Amino acid sequence: MSPAPASGPDIAINVEGLSKSFGGREVVHDLSMQVKRGSIYGFLGPNGSGKTTTIRMLCGLLTPDAGEGTCLGYDIRRDADKIKRLVGYMTQRFSLYQDLSVRENLEFVARLYGLRDARGAAREMIQRIGLNGREEQLAGELSGGWKQRLALGACTLPNPQLLLLDEPTAGVDPKARRDFWNEIHALAAEGLTVLVSTHYMDEAERCHEIAYIAYGHLLAHGTVDEVIAKSALSTWTVSGDDLNGLAAELAGKPGIDMVAPFGTSLHVSGRDKPALEATIAPYRNTRGWQWQDSEPSLEDVFIDLMTRSKDNFQ
Amino acid sequence: MSAIETTNQDRGGSEPAFGFWRRSYAMLVKEFIQLRRDRVSFAMIVMIPVMQLLLFGYAINTTPRHLPTAVLIQEDSDLARSVLKALENTSYFRFTREVHSVAEFDDLLQSGKVLFGVEIPRGFERAVRRGDKPALLVAADATDPVAAGSALGSLGMVVQTALAHDLHIGDPPELPFEIRAHARYNPAAESRLNIVPGLVGTILTMTMLIFTALSVTREIERGTMESLLSMPIRPVEVMFGKIIPYVIVGFIQATLIVGIGVLLFGVPILGSVALLAVLTTLFITTNLSIGYTFSTIVQNQLQAMQMSMMFFLPSILLSGFMFPFAGMPVWAQYLGEGLPLTHYIRIVRAIMLKGAAPSNLQYDTIALIALMLLAMTIAVTRFRRTLD
Repeated sequence: MSPAPASGPDIAINVEGLSKSFGGREVVHDLSMQVKRGSIYGFLGPNGSGKTTTIRMLCGLLTPDAGEGTCLGYDIRRDADKIKRLVGYMTQRFSLYQDLSVRENLEFVARLYGLRDARGAAREMIQRIGLNGREEQLAGELSGGWKQRLALGACTLPNPQLLLLDEPTAGVDPKARRDFWNEIHALAAEGLTVLVSTHYMDEAERCHEIAYIAYGHLLAHGTVDEVIAKSALSTWTVSGDDLNGLAAELAGKPGIDMVAPFGTSLHVSGRDKPALEATIAPYRNTRGWQWQDSEPSLEDVFIDLMTRSKDNFQ
Repeated sequence: MSAIETTNQDRGGSEPAFGFWRRSYAMLVKEFIQLRRDRVSFAMIVMIPVMQLLLFGYAINTTPRHLPTAVLIQEDSDLARSVLKALENTSYFRFTREVHSVAEFDDLLQSGKVLFGVEIPRGFERAVRRGDKPALLVAADATDPVAAGSALGSLGMVVQTALAHDLHIGDPPELPFEIRAHARYNPAAESRLNIVPGLVGTILTMTMLIFTALSVTREIERGTMESLLSMPIRPVEVMFGKIIPYVIVGFIQATLIVGIGVLLFGVPILGSVALLAVLTTLFITTNLSIGYTFSTIVQNQLQAMQMSMMFFLPSILLSGFMFPFAGMPVWAQYLGEGLPLTHYIRIVRAIMLKGAAPSNLQYDTIALIALMLLAMTIAVTRFRRTLD
């Protein structure tokens, strides 16, 4: 591949200071990120945080207002055509042709990318994604899970080096989600780089690295453990009766930044550990509650980041 | 909306008073908001009626005057000039070309550049003086009976009176020569001979335009555009991929229409069928390109339909299909020259009814190619490669 990638052969995405506004509203602000080749990079953040916009800028569907960078060694501004050949983009909303069959959709993609044996490639992909027997079914008639498999099949068909998956598992059942992630890991093992946006915490934990973005700002990145460690959040887990009452009492007290129920327990978190401990001290040995000093979960960290970013940017 | 409902108004889940009207009102407010947001549709609501009415109100004229006429002068005499002046004074004829050979004369009529030809024979003045009553030939392109009809009709009393007046002949006028009108190509003035070839073009304009006018907006509305744009395909490739299938569809349609025209309506094909096929394919492609261009300009399918209508109406009315082209004011003729149907109608009438050869049709063929390339260029530059 020429020209020689400026950011080294082991970096798939290297962007610096990306910004994008729509109608005067800045959707992505000064975003920089690096994604290693062969890794699965999770892209997390609330709705409207700029995840889709960032992904679209990476594959040339949107032109950044500011910032620059490379995708697979190619300039994202100048070489969009070259990038498109090497990137598979799976859109958030199903965007294959509903009125074409599974086979016809795949053959269309194969021909667009100029694969020599489009029919053969489509047939192989149908086997790989387990859609055999449904080749002639119209894409629009498939269930959510099958549609998602077909979409993944279509964007991996031209043997891309990078997959950009925009909330690929939204609205898909847990079994299909697990299968999907196994497939993603298999693809990454073959050397593919995967950037995947998601809302699900369990999916975030399946990524090699994650980035958290809110209101267009990249707030944290690294491995899951690094992100949790960097959060400096202390969390106590409480179990017992009347947790709702406790939650109501604690909310808003000094040192308490977040109270969130998790099934039969309650997570009480704060960034100022001494203040947090001072506040919870009177509750520690009352009404049969069991308090346990625990690690914050990824979700705790994200909710905290989100709350803080709201204060900062809104 | 009974009394019971009114009393139940405050209770949760009960039907509010005037439910029917409230819900209709809610729907109505929503529709108005959406209509207001759709700027193009909103503009069309005003534009279509006002523009089309003004355009056609002023442009259409079913008793056309000042029709382009060629004159073949084989003799330059005072009498000949007086006769021509008298013909022009009837306001039906306007001498636009002066030719000196029969071949040129025929060519002008065949290519449709003039609707009439007046031939002053050699030795005209002398024959008149001798009292031989020589014949003055007025040849008319009668493919469009409406356009030629009133002028041909005037050759009777109107022209004779004018001539008698100009030539100072007594009343009642008795001309010292004979005016021989010759309606070429459609001597029986059968309007179906004129309408059927015109319909080939009109039907093709309507169907072809709609096929491609919806093509890009459909991809956008169904969300498939995002996927398509993320793949390595260029705007020109998208355009050709979307146009070519319909060229075949259009060709089948054209074959059907022409076939029915020949078999059921007895319209002849005097010229070359191959030439007709080639130029019809060109016309189909031009219309598809224009429809495709609309598709890259509008935002949704409704706008695409409206824009196609905006284009289709003038095509019918200003192309010479329904009303004589030569009868329109000059500005309307310029507008008409910008419509592919105008050129195709000349081509199809010339080939089917006049047996025209390629050399007669150069101008209209080039005009069609130019319009097609213009539309394609606009489409390719307008096609948005990003979602910005």
